[in-house]
Amino acid sequence: MRHFAALLDRLGYTPGRTAKLRLMTAYFRATPDPDRGWALAALTDGLPFSFPVRRTLAALMDKRLDAELLRLSRDYVGDTAETVALVWPEPAEVQAAPRLADVVAELALIDKGDLGARIEGWLDRLDATGRWALLKLLTGALRVGVSGRLAKTAVADLAHGNADQVEEIWHGLSPPYLSLFAWLEGRAEKPDISGAPVFRPLMLAHPLEDKDFEALDIEAIAAEWKWDGIRVQLAAGRGEARLYSRSGDDIGPSFPDVLGAVRFDGVLDGELLIKRGDDIAPFNDLQQRLNRKAVTGRMLAQYPAHIRLYDALMIGDEDLRGLAFTQRRRRLEEWFVANRPHAMDLSAVLTFTSKADLAAVWRTTRGIGIEGLMLKRRDSPYLPGRPKGHWWKWKRAALTVDCVLMYAQRGSGKRSSYYSDFTFGAWRETSDGSRTLVPVGKAYSGYTDAELVDLDRWIRTHTVSRFGPVRSVVAELVLEVAFDAIQRSPRHKSGVAMRFPRIHRIRWDKPAADAARLAEIEQLIDQS
Amino acid sequence: MADRPFERWLYPTDDGLYCAPGDFHIDPYRPVARAVITHGHSDHARAGHNSVLATAETIAVMQTRLGLTCAGNLQKAPLGQEIRIGDVGVALHPAGHILGSAQVKLTHRGQTAVVSGDYKRRLDPTCTPFEVIPCDLFVTEATFGLPVFRHEPDAGEIAKLLASQRAFPERTHVVGVYGLGKCQRLIALLRSAGYDRTIWLHGALTSICDLYAALGVGLGALAHASVAQQSLAGEIVMCPPAALRDRWSRRLAEPVTCFASGWMRVRGRARQRGVELPLIISDHADWPELIQTIKDTGAQEVWVTHGREEALVHQLGLMGLNGRALALVGREDEAE
Repeated sequence: MRHFAALLDRLGYTPGRTAKLRLMTAYFRATPDPDRGWALAALTDGLPFSFPVRRTLAALMDKRLDAELLRLSRDYVGDTAETVALVWPEPAEVQAAPRLADVVAELALIDKGDLGARIEGWLDRLDATGRWALLKLLTGALRVGVSGRLAKTAVADLAHGNADQVEEIWHGLSPPYLSLFAWLEGRAEKPDISGAPVFRPLMLAHPLEDKDFEALDIEAIAAEWKWDGIRVQLAAGRGEARLYSRSGDDIGPSFPDVLGAVRFDGVLDGELLIKRGDDIAPFNDLQQRLNRKAVTGRMLAQYPAHIRLYDALMIGDEDLRGLAFTQRRRRLEEWFVANRPHAMDLSAVLTFTSKADLAAVWRTTRGIGIEGLMLKRRDSPYLPGRPKGHWWKWKRAALTVDCVLMYAQRGSGKRSSYYSDFTFGAWRETSDGSRTLVPVGKAYSGYTDAELVDLDRWIRTHTVSRFGPVRSVVAELVLEVAFDAIQRSPRHKSGVAMRFPRIHRIRWDKPAADAARLAEIEQLIDQS
Repeated sequence: MADRPFERWLYPTDDGLYCAPGDFHIDPYRPVARAVITHGHSDHARAGHNSVLATAETIAVMQTRLGLTCAGNLQKAPLGQEIRIGDVGVALHPAGHILGSAQVKLTHRGQTAVVSGDYKRRLDPTCTPFEVIPCDLFVTEATFGLPVFRHEPDAGEIAKLLASQRAFPERTHVVGVYGLGKCQRLIALLRSAGYDRTIWLHGALTSICDLYAALGVGLGALAHASVAQQSLAGEIVMCPPAALRDRWSRRLAEPVTCFASGWMRVRGRARQRGVELPLIISDHADWPELIQTIKDTGAQEVWVTHGREEALVHQLGLMGLNGRALALVGREDEAE
């Protein structure tokens, strides 16, 4: 528990991805089974329990600290579990800290009535960091800025492998993952998960650059619409069906309507959407269904989920990933016609005659409310990860608008000494003809390193006032901001919210007075 | 006034705590005629007093930071020796906070009051340890006056820093420290842990380190980080807290930002500062030390100065002591 606590403590403060990986891999290398397996479970899918400890802790503290002192401490720290960890009396004599695996084993079987006494016993054997980690573990929310994918990457690093190899078998394994560690350390064969509905790493696309388009052999390319939902994998086998997000998270429990439609074995790739009749609902509707533990009948009726199929990785127990895209697609179509699964359809393959024709199709996307095009080489096998030169996403052209820099905030991690997060505004004109700037968005990407240095210098020399990490600057610098779409938003002062805004160009040359008016920006609002 | 026996001769004023029968202030925050200074931190030692009484080390610190002529007259008081000022006996006793730091013991008509200044109880290789002075009235600091503040043992925190340096040998460990006291203590603690490599310093930290060395506190090999051309990968660099997130630290190799302070005990405080490796090392008494010290002095009346006085005053009530907050304005709880 001591090493796990030290790991969580350090992870919580570490901003960099590489540093986080190093810390986790070192932990997995140095920690014995089964403790490390439970740590991996806690960092990925979570432990199979969580306890509401608030009342238990209040009762334990009652005997230990004056209520007023506890209240003042809690007010200062801002978190009950952390406060208890900090004020808990140090034991008179130092005892061996409990092992993580022992804690987990006892919690799995614990009678609710014994929880207080058990927590008390553990807290007496831990230091402040250990106590904090234990209480985080009990409540089930670690919040140390580590995704499941990152933890799996760290484990894969034990064998200098990659996360996809772990991902491939992950859902066929269970904590404390003894067979996984044995395989990664070369002590055993790869765990056999054949037939189980496990996640297969997805094939992903690169953004299409101008030079890619020029180099494209048009004869060798198939094109599809790029749908605005979330990419999913539907896996079924051994009488079970699972729905995975593109990072391998099991999101099935939120979508019983989709899983209920599964009457087959296989692994399919598609886009999860909300579909009413023939209409695809906006992304916002899909968000109503994501991350919900309990799904009501009303939700199912109001936001019916649907999968638009792109590809087939397996049909029955036949692995199709080695076949060319066109062959897989033909197999998918044949299968679809034979099975007619409910709540699914096929994503259309587009026809075009030339590059110019394809570009013309692409230009229609904004008008018909589609995110863009997917281009796939006809002869590509289904490869995990983001292989170069096979698939491209060609997003519809961004909208751009000239805004005025209003506030700048320091970044984090490597950028912590730079003002790298920019809030920009547009002019609002009032009836008396006066103009004020209203913030319309915030961006922290799109510029080069050299431009960041220039921006940072400009901000430091044009500061009007400072509030903590934020500076407000004189309204003089125009930024050309690119964004995918703009929507009405009552939560923002300007009444609009941009999707994926980034700094496209710095207009050192343009007077701020010539920047956009809010009224112009409102005209870009997506009508769909 | 009978139930407030001390306030007749010792009380807060706009200029700071004032001792009437001796006509002097203790750590005043505006220029006064006569000042007794507990230690050299800028919220205690200010320039412009007509005359100053302090330890020799505190006077040396003041002259280094504020200039040789920072006061009209600078009088050195040897530790433990009583000096008469008017109708008051004044003696300075070590406070264990930083080099030269002292408590002020005041004796007046059979009553003894001790003004602690800032203090800590654990051993610090760079200064004389705190001495318990029995008294009737104890005026204590309360920077860390909440039960959540319990500073971890120094050795463990230093081990954390050295372990991180081993784990990330290609990065610079840059430690934000208060320039007077914390910086030198951290260096001394690193030396005690066997770290004998050169420690690199931000320019603002060198003069006080030189002074410590001149006063006999050995700090080992130090070098100026600002003139080093290389990125100092794998090295330990110290700088004032403000430089951690400023342009100064940019050329260092992927710096691991560390901050040595008692505030690092609380996650929110460390996060707020964007610290990657918090080190809980403080020159102030933590909660158990505050309570132990109050008990040790045997004082029946305790005044609580800057810090979180509310919780400590409440605790004094629980202990059956007469505790009061001395609302001294102009003190900053961030000064660490």
